[in-house]
Amino acid sequence: MADFGYTLWILILPLVTFVILGLFGMKIKGRMAGLTGTASLAVITALSYTAAISYFTGGGLADGVYQKIIPFNSVWLNLTDHLHIDMGILIDPISVMMLVVISTVSLMVHIYSLGYMKGEKGFERYYAFLSLFSFAMLGLVLATNIFQMYIFWELVGVSSYLLIGFYYDRPSAVAASKKAFIVTRFADMGFLVGILLLSFTTKTFDFVSLTALDGPAITSTGGALFLGMSLMTWSMLLIFIGGAGKSAMFPLHIWLPDAMEGPTPVSALIHAATMVVAGVYLVARLFPVYYFTAPEALHIIAWVGALSSLLAAIIATTQTDIKRVLAYSTISQIGYMIFSLGVSGYGDHDGLGFMASNWHLFNHAMFKALLFLGAGSVIHAVHSNYMTDMGSLRKYLPVTHITFLIACLTIAGLPPLSGFFSKDEILTAAFHHDKILFAIEYAVAGLTAFYMFRLYFSIFHGVDRHYHHTPHESPAVMTVPLIILAFGSVFAGFLPFSKLVTSDGVPFESHIEWSIAIPSILIGLAGITVAWVMYRKENALPDKIASTFRLSYRWAYNKFYFDEMYIFVTKKIIFKHISHPVAWFDRHIVDGTMDGIAWVTQSVSSMIKGFQSGQLQKYGYVFVTGAVALALLFIYIL
Amino acid sequence: MNQGIPLEYYLILASAMFFIGVYGFLTRRNLITILMSVELILNSVNINFLAFNRYLFPGKLDGHFFSLFVIAVAAAEAAVAIAIIINIYRRFTTINVEDVNSLKY
Repeated sequence: MADFGYTLWILILPLVTFVILGLFGMKIKGRMAGLTGTASLAVITALSYTAAISYFTGGGLADGVYQKIIPFNSVWLNLTDHLHIDMGILIDPISVMMLVVISTVSLMVHIYSLGYMKGEKGFERYYAFLSLFSFAMLGLVLATNIFQMYIFWELVGVSSYLLIGFYYDRPSAVAASKKAFIVTRFADMGFLVGILLLSFTTKTFDFVSLTALDGPAITSTGGALFLGMSLMTWSMLLIFIGGAGKSAMFPLHIWLPDAMEGPTPVSALIHAATMVVAGVYLVARLFPVYYFTAPEALHIIAWVGALSSLLAAIIATTQTDIKRVLAYSTISQIGYMIFSLGVSGYGDHDGLGFMASNWHLFNHAMFKALLFLGAGSVIHAVHSNYMTDMGSLRKYLPVTHITFLIACLTIAGLPPLSGFFSKDEILTAAFHHDKILFAIEYAVAGLTAFYMFRLYFSIFHGVDRHYHHTPHESPAVMTVPLIILAFGSVFAGFLPFSKLVTSDGVPFESHIEWSIAIPSILIGLAGITVAWVMYRKENALPDKIASTFRLSYRWAYNKFYFDEMYIFVTKKIIFKHISHPVAWFDRHIVDGTMDGIAWVTQSVSSMIKGFQSGQLQKYGYVFVTGAVALALLFIYIL
Repeated sequence: MNQGIPLEYYLILASAMFFIGVYGFLTRRNLITILMSVELILNSVNINFLAFNRYLFPGKLDGHFFSLFVIAVAAAEAAVAIAIIINIYRRFTTINVEDVNSLKY
């Protein structure tokens, strides 16, 4: 096996870059700061690719099985003799795959931002935060134990918060960053409780021993029953709540669309390609535990994923803010991945869903980053987020147009683009598991094609709007990443993924199941055709359909009123009936006690402060009187 | 020393001096007279020392030494006190104690 000691630099470099840019960023000229960050990330990318290539070309194989390698580990906190929290690096197929995804997308975003963020106030702050995010995300995927992962998980949340709120003088951005942080933090509470329960049952945090087939997690009987489910199931379910929060799964998805207030490259990096798939990664990382000891949790995961993908796809068909359409599309696609893990089996060809989920994650990172960066390029040209302000842009933005089209075709699942392959594997896995879920995902595939091409036609076709100034193609620093990602989206489908990333580490042969693939291509084409009819040229059809199904349209347009429901529950119930009484108690009883003590002290002191008159002779009188009184006391009474 | 004068006479003199000193210390407003009152108090103590030494321990000299110490300390104290009074006068342009009252609450 190869030596992977150099992977430590993948973590050290972005941290150093963050510290340098964070502390001295103001001193470095804007452009230089960006180049520093980009250069550091280029090195990380090179290291990640080296690691991936040497791992998959035999460096990680032993006896035909991909090994879990720990090139670096140090004990950080010794809780008991057996239970300790480590800091280390774990190299295995999914972490290596994630390294490639993160470093590629992050590098593209770094380069793209050189153009997109040019001249923005806080340019160096932006790059400092990007480095912090890269550090946190890479640390998350390389974590050797669940506690280390949790630490980086929170760091990822913080950097996401900082970047969503990058335009801190914009109230909507501030509100969005707080919303994202609070919602994910709320979910992370479940994660933490899950970790505690899990480590209580298994006495370990370590991923390697947790997922080992003869390890304490999988051989455990599951622990005591609570509300009909074993302790293990509960802990795995709670851990999944953390994952669902980060991955914006129903019903914790409300933060992701608002997170689009951040700069568009940030949305591409964090809220499309990397951070939001952390939940998928988490479930994939603990997959054997889910499969063997918590099958009920896995069942719930499948349903959560399927429902999220369906609801988000429906909402996406009605939104007009292009970034929000992409945000809902992200939720929908992550729903696919989560769902695919939920229906997966373990080992060999049964683990098809696991493989497909990771493959889709890989492909999705490419094409969704491309879509977001393309949308950024469009916004850069038009200075608006709304598709009602766009149209016929294909004339002005040729490169963006072509790459965006490729991404749309990829997400719609047309062969031979990468989305087709992974989606086909997901649908195959679903078909063998549960027919209802399979039907839902089929419908989502059609909806996906429809809303993506609605977006595409509205932006690049249709009427020519009266732009304030003629839109122009973005500079090369922005278009080159688009082209590179387009290549990724086209060719990632030809990677022999089932030979690389599998549930048990053993490569297997996968093949396209045409009986499922052909209907899925047809439904994708149907979605595209409907979008073509409705949005290719401006016509009355969309409005007519919207008014026919007015109730359901309004329902979907208002995102099924999830935000309103949350506001109702928090403001009308929690704030009114719990927080306000508690606040009253705090303000009047707790603070009142303290204020009362202070008030008594103060009033007594103001009563007696007159004694300290500064008149020397008054003190003398008091002293002499006291002395005489004492003398009389001693002489005549005692 | 005249054997005929009883000890009480000395003590009456000393306590009269003492209380005159205390009275002066408390009622006078001039710092110099306050200082003089303090000297009276100290001297009344000296008389007590010498009288008790003479009548109770005629063969010893402890009382004498003590009164000598007191005289030395009183001299030093007077020097310091007058220096303080001069500084007070410079600061407040008065040596009336009622006007020197900045050290209060």
